[in-house]
Amino acid sequence: MKHILVARVENKPGVLNRVASLFRRRGFNIDSLTVGETEVPEISRMTIVVDTSRTDATRVVHNLYKLVNVIEVEDITERPSVVRDLVLLKVKADARTRPEIIQLTEVFRGKVVDVAPDSLILELTGEEEKIRSFIEVMRPFGILEMVRTGIVAMTRGSSPNGHVPLRGNGAVV
Amino acid sequence: MELTGAEILWECLLREGVEVVFGYPGGAILPTYDAMNFYPVRHVLVRHEQGAVHAADGYARASGRVGVAMATSGPGATNMVTGIATAMMDSSPIVCITGQVPTAAIGSDAFQETDVTGITLPITKHNYLVTDVRELAQVVKEAFYIARSGRPGPVLIDLPKDVQIARTEFVYPEGPVELPGYRPRTVIPPEDLERAVELINSARRPIILAGHGVLMSGAMRELREFAERGRIPVAQTLLGLGNFPASHPLCLGMMGMHGEAFVNQAIQEADLLLAFGMRFDDRVTGNVKTYAPKARKIHVDIDPSELNKNVKVDVGIVGDLKAVLQELLPHVEPIDRSAWLEQIDEWRDDTRRRDILNWDGGGKLWGAHVIHDIWRATEGNAIVVTDVGQHQMWEAQYYRHEQPFTLITSGGLGTMGFALPAGIGAKLARPDAEVWVIAGDGGFQMTQAELATAVQERVPIRIAIINNAYLGMVRQWQEFFYEKRYAATPLVNPDFCKLAAAYDIPAFRVTRREEVIPIVEKARQVDGPVLIDFVVEKEDIVYPMVPAGADLHAMIRRPVSEHGQKEVTP
Ligand SMILES: Cc1ncc(C[n+]2csc(CCOP(=O)(O)OP(=O)(O)O)c2C)c(N)n1
Ligand SMILES: [Mg+2]
Repeated sequence: MKHILVARVENKPGVLNRVASLFRRRGFNIDSLTVGETEVPEISRMTIVVDTSRTDATRVVHNLYKLVNVIEVEDITERPSVVRDLVLLKVKADARTRPEIIQLTEVFRGKVVDVAPDSLILELTGEEEKIRSFIEVMRPFGILEMVRTGIVAMTRGSSPNGHVPLRGNGAVV
Repeated sequence: MELTGAEILWECLLREGVEVVFGYPGGAILPTYDAMNFYPVRHVLVRHEQGAVHAADGYARASGRVGVAMATSGPGATNMVTGIATAMMDSSPIVCITGQVPTAAIGSDAFQETDVTGITLPITKHNYLVTDVRELAQVVKEAFYIARSGRPGPVLIDLPKDVQIARTEFVYPEGPVELPGYRPRTVIPPEDLERAVELINSARRPIILAGHGVLMSGAMRELREFAERGRIPVAQTLLGLGNFPASHPLCLGMMGMHGEAFVNQAIQEADLLLAFGMRFDDRVTGNVKTYAPKARKIHVDIDPSELNKNVKVDVGIVGDLKAVLQELLPHVEPIDRSAWLEQIDEWRDDTRRRDILNWDGGGKLWGAHVIHDIWRATEGNAIVVTDVGQHQMWEAQYYRHEQPFTLITSGGLGTMGFALPAGIGAKLARPDAEVWVIAGDGGFQMTQAELATAVQERVPIRIAIINNAYLGMVRQWQEFFYEKRYAATPLVNPDFCKLAAAYDIPAFRVTRREEVIPIVEKARQVDGPVLIDFVVEKEDIVYPMVPAGADLHAMIRRPVSEHGQKEVTP
């Protein structure tokens, strides 16, 4: 099962390397990992998706806590949250297929962000499922290039990640 | 006051109580070595940087204080890697300081540049590359705090040459270290304790598995009280030996691959395992699928990532063992478990019958007998530092440790070459203790250059080489599992006595059992380092043995008939 982990880490050189190295040496498989700024300049935020059992996801969390630069980790898989991925697709398009592609993109609430004589670049944000079906719909037209950002996530409601009180398991050693 | 980075480093080390530093100089660390002249620190010049780290490790394990090792950049730092990994696997608190090329040259493949923080990232608890001298004091303070707190471990500080030279106002960061992402746990959830108490008081065949954590947490007294109150027998891990007196009636001794058969048998039959500060290493469990199948499991460890890692447990308690045991103790009911203890004793009798100590040796010298006699001669009071191999297991089986912190050995990484330098470190940490280095003829040669260190620094260690002219433990595996095809295990050794003589170290050779005790006694009187070459039987076996990955109860036992049943009283 896919687990979504949100980690708040110190914004220091080498921290991404420490996290990546941990996953590699413990044999945990990363589906995706994104990292970026937060509301606090000294803190970066990682959204890490791992495909494992619940026990293993707990192990990942505990191991992340062992890294001195990791401030807080939470498995938000079972919490109400907003989960987003972004895809850019370059799709083959000519005069005949262009209107259909644009129409389908609109159905998905995607955007056409670049138009060239023989291709289009489409942008879509959404949950995994939606992105996957969008890609499937576009595949017959000919996908020339694709890039995805990986998942970012945030729990709903007024206790944003990072401001939840630390639970007992947030032990660090 | 304005100080250089190098001076700030020494100021901070002194404030951490550092008295001894093990190291080896070179270009990138020269400013720090030069500044050392003005500080009251003893520097021990090793002969290889691996030795510096093992020595710091031995120092830490013998004293409970943080050991410090120092080296230059590039090859100096990479030579430290084995020592650091050894300390990491055995949770030993050390701080390693490496010189680095100047910050402006980092990333340019400058002379003697290596990415040391990158290389040591997976084998340190944490590491630092200091690029601004103003951060140095804080970094040193954090490094020591991280090394010794929580689950201890090695921390490395990489110090570019220009940072050692740069000047800044020295303000020591007073007060406790606070790191946003590092909070060793203190609260123990009451519901976990309750559940544990329930299991403990309802168990009929419980067994305590006491590990290194008992020693690290200083929970020896609590462990003893716990065992005595509940009448629960105590099995130990290799690194746990000494955490419970070997002579105690409830002490079973070592478990696992080369643990006594009756101990493993007890674990397989137990209805409750109380794992205290141990991590269910594969050398302890054998096949995890068939491990302790009848037992509920309670696991107490300071590192939450150890819970449910190798063995699924019923109750996992994260916390400092001493504190956890103090919480549990008042609730442990004195329950009559004599039937269980008698059953274990019955199994123990079978082990006794097979014990090589019950055999006079047939005129030959056996490794186990040597260890047993060293134990007798030293009255079990020495600190023993072992290397890795058969002799290490015989030590664990036959040197009966009464006191905590008296066995220092590389358990997790199994690093050959550990004993001699770690022994030097241990002796410097505990000058009043008798320190014995027990090494195989193979492993000894990996770091024998440190003999010169022992001489130059006048470290009076007693060195026993268990010389079987083989990489014995590997030969044993070849005998059992590769039909005695001894590929690359026979050794042609130097004359160890002549080697010692070249260093001006008095040396003795022992080839017969009856010489062991007199020569050991003689060696104990030597003022300074001394070496004994014990020429033992070549093709001896460490019994019993659980083959790697086999079920814990599927042990290869010493055949009862092998040495006959001749009784001798030692
Ligand atoms: C650095 C290192 N290399 C290889 C090994 C594998 N190994 C484990 S035990 C052993 C043999 C040790 O031989 P010796 O030091 O003579 O001790 P003995 O087993 O004969 O007592 C070897 C090669 C190791 N543990 N460490
Ligand atoms: Mg040998």
